[in-house]
Amino acid sequence: MTRLLKILEYSLCSLARRKFKNFSIIIIYSFTIAALASILLLTHSLKEIAINVLVDGPDIVVQRLAGGRHDPIPVHYAQDIAKLPGVGRVNPRLWGYYYDSLYQTNYTILAVHQDLPSLEMVEGRMVAANGECTVGQGVAKAQNAEIGDELLLINSTGVGYSCEINGMFKARSNLWTNDLILFTEKDLQGFFAMPAGLATDITVEVFNPREIPLVAEKIKRLFPDTRPVTINEILHTYESVFNWRSGMMLTIFASSLIAFSILAWDKATGISGEEKREIGILKAIGWDTSDILTLKLSEGSVISITSFLLGISVAYIHVFLLGAPLLVPVLKGWSVLFPPLQLAPYIDMYQIFALAFLTIVPYMASTVLPAWKSAITDPESIMRGW
Amino acid sequence: MMLHPGILALILGSTISLILLFYASALGLIIMAHWDSTSSSEEQLLLERKTYLISTIVGMILGFHLFSGLLFLYTIDDIHPLFVGAMCGTGTLNANPIGWLALLSKGVIFFAASLWIIVNSLDQTCEDTPLVRYKYAALSVLFLLFGVDLLLQISYFSGLQPQKITSCCGSLFGAGSTNVASELAALAPGKTMWFFYSTAVSYLGTILLCLTYHSWFLRIILLVQSLFLLPLSLASIVSFISLYIYQIPSHHCPFDMIQKNYYFIGYPLYIGLFAGILFGLVPGLSLLLPKAESLEREINKRERRWLIQAFLFFSLFLTISTWPIFSGNFRLFAY
Amino acid sequence: MPPIIKTQQVNKYYNRHRADEVRALADVSLTISQGEALALNGASGSGKTTLLSLIGGMARPTSGTVSILDKEVSRLPERFLADIRRQTFGFIFQQLNLIRDISVLENIQLPLYPSAIPIAEMNRRAEEILTRLDISTKARLKVSALSGGEQQRVAIARALINRPQIIIADEPTAHLDSSLAGELLEILSELNREGKTVVLATHDPFVSSHRLIDRIVRMRDGRIIGGATG
Repeated sequence: MTRLLKILEYSLCSLARRKFKNFSIIIIYSFTIAALASILLLTHSLKEIAINVLVDGPDIVVQRLAGGRHDPIPVHYAQDIAKLPGVGRVNPRLWGYYYDSLYQTNYTILAVHQDLPSLEMVEGRMVAANGECTVGQGVAKAQNAEIGDELLLINSTGVGYSCEINGMFKARSNLWTNDLILFTEKDLQGFFAMPAGLATDITVEVFNPREIPLVAEKIKRLFPDTRPVTINEILHTYESVFNWRSGMMLTIFASSLIAFSILAWDKATGISGEEKREIGILKAIGWDTSDILTLKLSEGSVISITSFLLGISVAYIHVFLLGAPLLVPVLKGWSVLFPPLQLAPYIDMYQIFALAFLTIVPYMASTVLPAWKSAITDPESIMRGW
Repeated sequence: MMLHPGILALILGSTISLILLFYASALGLIIMAHWDSTSSSEEQLLLERKTYLISTIVGMILGFHLFSGLLFLYTIDDIHPLFVGAMCGTGTLNANPIGWLALLSKGVIFFAASLWIIVNSLDQTCEDTPLVRYKYAALSVLFLLFGVDLLLQISYFSGLQPQKITSCCGSLFGAGSTNVASELAALAPGKTMWFFYSTAVSYLGTILLCLTYHSWFLRIILLVQSLFLLPLSLASIVSFISLYIYQIPSHHCPFDMIQKNYYFIGYPLYIGLFAGILFGLVPGLSLLLPKAESLEREINKRERRWLIQAFLFFSLFLTISTWPIFSGNFRLFAY
Repeated sequence: MPPIIKTQQVNKYYNRHRADEVRALADVSLTISQGEALALNGASGSGKTTLLSLIGGMARPTSGTVSILDKEVSRLPERFLADIRRQTFGFIFQQLNLIRDISVLENIQLPLYPSAIPIAEMNRRAEEILTRLDISTKARLKVSALSGGEQQRVAIARALINRPQIIIADEPTAHLDSSLAGELLEILSELNREGKTVVLATHDPFVSSHRLIDRIVRMRDGRIIGGATG
């Protein structure tokens, strides 16, 4: 142990003496790690935020399929579903997407009951009567509207539709409400020309979470034309998608990792005459090949760990302080109306560990052979002045 | 399934290890073919220098492998939400049964690589390097093991289908199933405890006897005990040790204890077990090495340290396993 | 006095079995007694440096045997040779071969880094030697800031830190003026009087004729032509 610590001390001095050579390696190495770490930190943060939002969602969402595509579902299905044992509240939902060609944005329009109590996250009041609406911040910004203004949309028959904005969701709720517009049921049915007695989907509450798959199965048997989607399936899908996306990005960045390994090899092989002389001196005065190897590998470890910590720090700043401007367009998805998302600094130690493995292993592997080559320098070379 | 950061890291690490080990094995075969310790030619000198490279590579690979073992366990835990029915890493392993083989191969490699490093270290401290041919032949076997490990990992991870429903530790180790794991969990805890502790105590006793007497017979006994005690200890972890750690009579999972919510107690537990068994194997196995005076001198010098390490590590394992039985509120035999 | 170094019928070839093969040493047999101060004398290319390398455990002979302190070292693996080098020998090189960018103290302690000797003991030994050689005020300075004479003393200090029994010096006065050369030989005389064996390679008549030297061994074309037996 004493020997190891002393050689480690010498390796630190040795690194400090060759500042410029090592500096360039550290910079490139850190940049590679920062790129990979940014991907991992961003996807993990997005995943955690999404799951935190979704986890409070309905236990089962029942959709109807016609010809394999989504179709409105008869409202009376809800009554039969409610009779199943273990089922709590069953709510038919009326909602849809609207593309505003004038402002080139997508909105989500949701119908709510008129007697809904006011929410703390709403400034003004909730929609109470036909001809009124409550909107999210993104919608208001896109239309340049405020409370009291008219919201102008085009309905499914191409006719203009306006409603008075009587409430606006506060910025804090943007993750849920940024692109949201609330109508009354009648207004929504009129807007989308949806016949009465139909809903977009039906949400189902199940008292015992372990019963969810069973209830979903029963709903499917009861109404074979439906597709019950459980909350776990949604969470699994999000997990998969984020894992897949981050994995895909990492694979793409594999090329940069390979390039870096080649650079590391090249740098390690290109040992200067001065360094060769120094190793010759050490061998001549009693250092063994394994001592020199320990020295070289210690240097490599210090460079790895320093670059890793630096890379992680840069990634943290890039993702959580600057909002990941270089990566967000790829990873966020298709929605046009982005809430200005404040990424929460979720850090998963497991991912950091995986990243360390991904980056440190190739570096150490690519430097072991050059380290050995320099370690087998002949001690006699110093006597001969080679 | 393969595009998960942890899985990518595992496959990459294993591939790099295999490539390095391929190179090392090839070098080893060259060394075996041309080695002549009585020669002082330049060729012999270069061969000697190559032995340093091989030792460094194998040491590095073992280091990677230990971390990759941990990464494997953490990865299967991280991806368990993707599998219906899985509540921990056990569920992920069940989603593709090759996972259990992949885990087993990691355990086998740990012992094989560690033993190689010990033999290599012994050989290098003998001036006449009596074990050169044997250890480099063994390196080829190590290479095959790593190859199998990589294949198993790839096969496991590529065969995972998230939409398939899997069983988790509850049903795997549960009373209703008929597989090996549930047989282990269903072992009568009382009898298992008695059997485990009597074997463990006799193991420690044998170590103490080996420290006192220089008998080859005792070392063989110790070797046999080590080989027997490893599976017995793992079975005991599933059977009753886990119950006391989790303080739940139905929670037999051997992996949860390495997680944060159990204060990472699994780490010292498994380190104690594996290291305790490893150092217990070495004195007996060293009897199988070729006879050479320099080697015997070296073995005699180190044996005491091996035995003490075996004693201390295994005692660590025993202490951590036993402590919850006396200190916790959980009482198994009330059920 | 008992022999401390013994070579028997030692041959050394470089680039053996190749077109540029060189026979650096031919059937060299030499015995050096403990406490002796021996000078290897000969022109450039006579094999002095090669013989020093073999005696000092830096290389192995192609054939023949080399024994150091009664232990045959000719076929020892490199790691054992390195141990012997570290524990038994102190080297003073022709070019001094100090590491210019590190301090005097670090240079002196270099041979002890791979050993199990704790840092406190390393510091104590270094302090002792620095004081003895009158350069303790220079301990923290970089070697590049020292004069030629001071650097020479640093090189000697490095050779002494591991308390060697044998000092090997290859053309130690080659780049020194007569005053520094005299100083060096006085220090080596003192070490020799303390019981250390000194083996020098030189073609400087000033060194060969110094009162330090007990015996002169003459070499030519890789062979000993005189003074082999003491």
